[in-house]
Amino acid sequence: MEPDSSYAVQMHGITKRFGNYTALSQVDLNVRKQSVHAILGENGAGKTTLMNILYGLYQADEGTIYLNGTPHSITGPNEAISNGIGMVHQHFMLVENFTVTENIMLGDEVCGPAGTLDMRMARKQVLDLVEQYGFEVDPDARIEDISVGMQQRVEILKALFRGAQTLILDEPTAVLTPQEIDKLLQIMDDLVASGKTIIIITHKLKEILRSADECTIIRRGEYMGTVDVSQSSEEDLAAKMVGRNVNLKVEKTPATPGEVVLDVNGLVVRDDRGIEQVCGLDLKVRAGEIVGIAGIDGNGQEELVNAIVSMTKAEAGTVVVGEEIQNTSPRNAIAHGVSTIPSDRHRWGLVLPMMVSENSVLEQHDKSSFGKGIMLDYNKMHEYTSMLIKEFDIRPSGCEDERIAGLSGGNQQKVIIAREVTQAPKLLIAFQPTRGLDVGAIEFVHKTLISERDRGAAILLVSYELDEVMDVSDTIAVIYHGKIVGTFEQGTVGEEELGLYMAGGGAK
Amino acid sequence: MSGLVKFLRRPIASTLVAVLVGLLIAILLVLVTGYDPLQTVATLVHGVFGSPKYITNVIIKATPILLTGVAVSFAFRTGLFNIGAEGQYILGTIVATIVGVSVNLPAVLQIPLVVLSGALGGALLGALIGFLKARLGIHEVITSIMTNWIMLYLCNFVVSSEAFHNPNSNTAYPINPSGYTMILPQWKVSDEGIEYLLQHPWLRDVLLKTDLNVGFLVAVFVAIVVGILLKRTKLGYQLRAVGLNKDAARFSGIAVERSVVLCMLISGGICGLAGALNITGINPHTLSTLVAQEGYGFNGLSVAFIAGCSTVGCIPSSLFFSALMYGGMTVQQVVGVPSEIINIMIGIIVFFTAIPSMAPWIADAIERRRSRENKNLAQETKGEEA
Amino acid sequence: MQTVILLLGITLMYATPLVFGALGGVVSERAGVTNIGIEGMMVIGAISAAVTGYFTQNPWIAFIVAGLFGALMALPHAIASVSFAADQTVSGVAINLLAPGIALFACRRFFDGAAMSPMVVKLPRILGEEWMKGTSWANLNVNVSTVIAILLAILVWFVMYKTKWGLRMRAVGEHPAAADTLGINVYKTRYICVLISGMLAGFGGASVTIGIISRFTQTAIAGQGFIALAAVIFGKWTPFGACGACALFGATQALAIILGGGELPIPSTVLSMLPYVMTIVVLVLFVGKSVAPKADGVPYIKGSR
Repeated sequence: MEPDSSYAVQMHGITKRFGNYTALSQVDLNVRKQSVHAILGENGAGKTTLMNILYGLYQADEGTIYLNGTPHSITGPNEAISNGIGMVHQHFMLVENFTVTENIMLGDEVCGPAGTLDMRMARKQVLDLVEQYGFEVDPDARIEDISVGMQQRVEILKALFRGAQTLILDEPTAVLTPQEIDKLLQIMDDLVASGKTIIIITHKLKEILRSADECTIIRRGEYMGTVDVSQSSEEDLAAKMVGRNVNLKVEKTPATPGEVVLDVNGLVVRDDRGIEQVCGLDLKVRAGEIVGIAGIDGNGQEELVNAIVSMTKAEAGTVVVGEEIQNTSPRNAIAHGVSTIPSDRHRWGLVLPMMVSENSVLEQHDKSSFGKGIMLDYNKMHEYTSMLIKEFDIRPSGCEDERIAGLSGGNQQKVIIAREVTQAPKLLIAFQPTRGLDVGAIEFVHKTLISERDRGAAILLVSYELDEVMDVSDTIAVIYHGKIVGTFEQGTVGEEELGLYMAGGGAK
Repeated sequence: MSGLVKFLRRPIASTLVAVLVGLLIAILLVLVTGYDPLQTVATLVHGVFGSPKYITNVIIKATPILLTGVAVSFAFRTGLFNIGAEGQYILGTIVATIVGVSVNLPAVLQIPLVVLSGALGGALLGALIGFLKARLGIHEVITSIMTNWIMLYLCNFVVSSEAFHNPNSNTAYPINPSGYTMILPQWKVSDEGIEYLLQHPWLRDVLLKTDLNVGFLVAVFVAIVVGILLKRTKLGYQLRAVGLNKDAARFSGIAVERSVVLCMLISGGICGLAGALNITGINPHTLSTLVAQEGYGFNGLSVAFIAGCSTVGCIPSSLFFSALMYGGMTVQQVVGVPSEIINIMIGIIVFFTAIPSMAPWIADAIERRRSRENKNLAQETKGEEA
Repeated sequence: MQTVILLLGITLMYATPLVFGALGGVVSERAGVTNIGIEGMMVIGAISAAVTGYFTQNPWIAFIVAGLFGALMALPHAIASVSFAADQTVSGVAINLLAPGIALFACRRFFDGAAMSPMVVKLPRILGEEWMKGTSWANLNVNVSTVIAILLAILVWFVMYKTKWGLRMRAVGEHPAAADTLGINVYKTRYICVLISGMLAGFGGASVTIGIISRFTQTAIAGQGFIALAAVIFGKWTPFGACGACALFGATQALAIILGGGELPIPSTVLSMLPYVMTIVVLVLFVGKSVAPKADGVPYIKGSR
């Protein structure tokens, strides 16, 4: 396609290599002015890399970028910004201990004489923007004190403050409630109506159908074509994205719950800053059922999980797994048959510079099966790991003595799941177990959770992805401000209703 | 050439490149300041290898810094920066002296008692630093720096105290000779020994002119044991996991606080051992008034970093360090080059070991250049063909 | 009354070099680069001030030159930490090894092999040399470096919190990737901050050699850089907090000296320990956990966000 000024952005023949790895190969993108253009692809397909090139964070090895029909070389974010491109990253680029105003003006400060900050003027400009676009944002609040949805609006304001005409939104709906998603889509409509162009990166098909005009599909770094969204169905898009027909439904039989395995009563947990995050929470999980906790990030999920496994102190209340285990130690929780797939595998789950075999015995290294007395038996660890690798199809095979940092995200997650499941836990806590994984790996994780349930384990699934909670859980519990505000059997409740509860609006 | 590239990608290459660069810059500095670099290097080599006595002294001086190096490496591998090695070393000397002066048992009991009590002193100080970090979250660097000074003044306090002050000197009383750890201390001054040594001038040089003691053997043993502890035991595995990712370690049931205290206890104990061995093994077998830090702890940092924090790597690294320091003194006496040239050189070496990406970076540069040359060559041949 | 004045005077004298060093630490660490090498940079400042002071007879030139050489000593640390993503602790330790070597090497070259410089010119006192001479009030007549230190502390605070450069610097230390996406050059910012840090430390060294003892000796800088480092952490990485910590430390030093001069039956060695023991005690009682800037000591590598 020839460069044309009716397109806000055109990227032609973009190739990007990292060392020997080709992240993008000959990818094209043509975004019409005043439209919403979706970029669809699995995790790791190269969507974000393509946008980072447009935003100047990476340089393409081959290919040309046209803005409004004229070629541009974008060598840094500064060029992107001055050419009217703004980007909202999936992991927000906000300085947590700065205020909203400070974050918005960072790099483009409102100054008085001699580089001094004019906070009054800056605040006014931010307020003007807030009013113009109808956002609800407090310019003086610190980022660490505001909700995720609000943080996202701050990110959008950052771009608008710099006069962005084209906005790139990277996975913007990942952590929002259905109502917040509606609000975001409304904001996107308003922005397009006021003359802006929007590029949205996502792997969620529904949202593309609802919001986008056109959709470009990327698979493993290759261009799979651009489609008119109004002519496409969810199935078409999915097949194009993954390269085969995918079953979007999670297959499982009805649950046959047994005795109560986890019983949480009146739990109260404060965070490091002393703010109460879990406020008298009650929860029961029985053997042979999956209880899914639905809720927006920051409503006490992290504190709940941490208190169950004694990573944080429980201010009040009890956690019973056989006996009371609150305020003991993570080790004691493990000894009571609690296994956890943590939310952030790099932070909580793995010791990245260590070998795969060392990581697969993290909780069990002091058992007699891995060494006599004070010595550790690396041969036995190796054998055990080989068994896990085979059973869970961890790739590359034969990676026992490699550093785990070298494995792909999906395979790292498989190591954690293999390690936790092999201990045959009574209670398996899965916290954001599919974060950042591609479709194949997600299917694997879900199947494992269900097969563990069928074995008789109690499963506590905590996820910010509402779809995941709705698809996998037998019972759905909604958490809001540190309390369970509603409990539903699977299939008895719709997305909209759950969304209301997640936002604190459900019937009490 | 491709052998060179392959070599540069191995971890040891970074250390060797660092040493090479340090050497080159030092030689350059010698040249610029108007001395003869060839003579300097020759004198340095002579000052290290010139006589059995020199070699022995290098080994003796390597002993404490090998131990402090092992202590720092061990702590670093488990995520702690033990800049307090100096203070723990001093406390080792203090406790060893007090015990060695106050108690007088047969050597078989006295030596272990003095040495172990010194090690215990260092261990307790280390554990205190670890406890303050684990329990109260006080940064180990602050407490370490503070305790370094407190120990220095504690040493001076003991030296000047009534119970231990050796009149008309700036030292304390020497420890009882039953605590000495020199090799064959009685035999080498007995008639029989002297007669034997007269016939073996090499051995005479080594035994009579130096304080050759068992310290270095102990230190090598400790380096190896600590290496095995880190690599092959459950405890070492736990400590490394805590050092590399304390959150994941805690999540998987490892007691992080205990591990921090334990790690500093061991690290401090090794430093205390270094101090005790210097008291039992080297004249004057006692404390002297300190005006400034002696540098055993800080030199331990250099030894550890040059060794890439491998405890066994500290053995060659401490010998290398000690050789440079000892030979540097000869250089100053003979050639007149200030011996600080050695400190500068070691500083440069440590500096470049901080950049492990250096050697691979050079390898990449060589490869890039070669592929460019190949391309040019290919184009030229193409041109000729056309 | 006399004792109070004396206490105040000695406090100011001891605290001054520490304040320079601590401000240097704050500037570097708030931008995300740990700087263990403050001590070494102070040593370089000390020797350059002495040498320049000796040859130019002008303390002001000497003071400035000390800052420049301090910054020069910080350059390798910046190159290693910022450009090569080196281990900043190791690199800082290397600076501390290098600097005393260079300082003594230079000292011997310039002063005929001596490890000590001859007496050199001093910075003037704030109220002139003759003011209240002979009375205890003269203790308050500190040299100008004390005033410079206080002014610099205010300046650093002002720049950090009230100007765009400060905002950017703090952003780089907290969340470099965020700063990068807004077109702020993380590398350049960190280079500048490390160099300024070296300059401040260099001033600190000068404030000892041409402010207090009027010569360079091997022990002119003996641990002040490390104490300053502790003050940075103690003061929670803020300029005034760090200054407060330095003042506290200076005060305990002064206390130790005054008690030593009195009739108390406490050995001087025990008194000398006092400042260090006090620091630990204060930390245990009042401060507890200090939270470093999020990206302090973490090399920024583009793309690994």
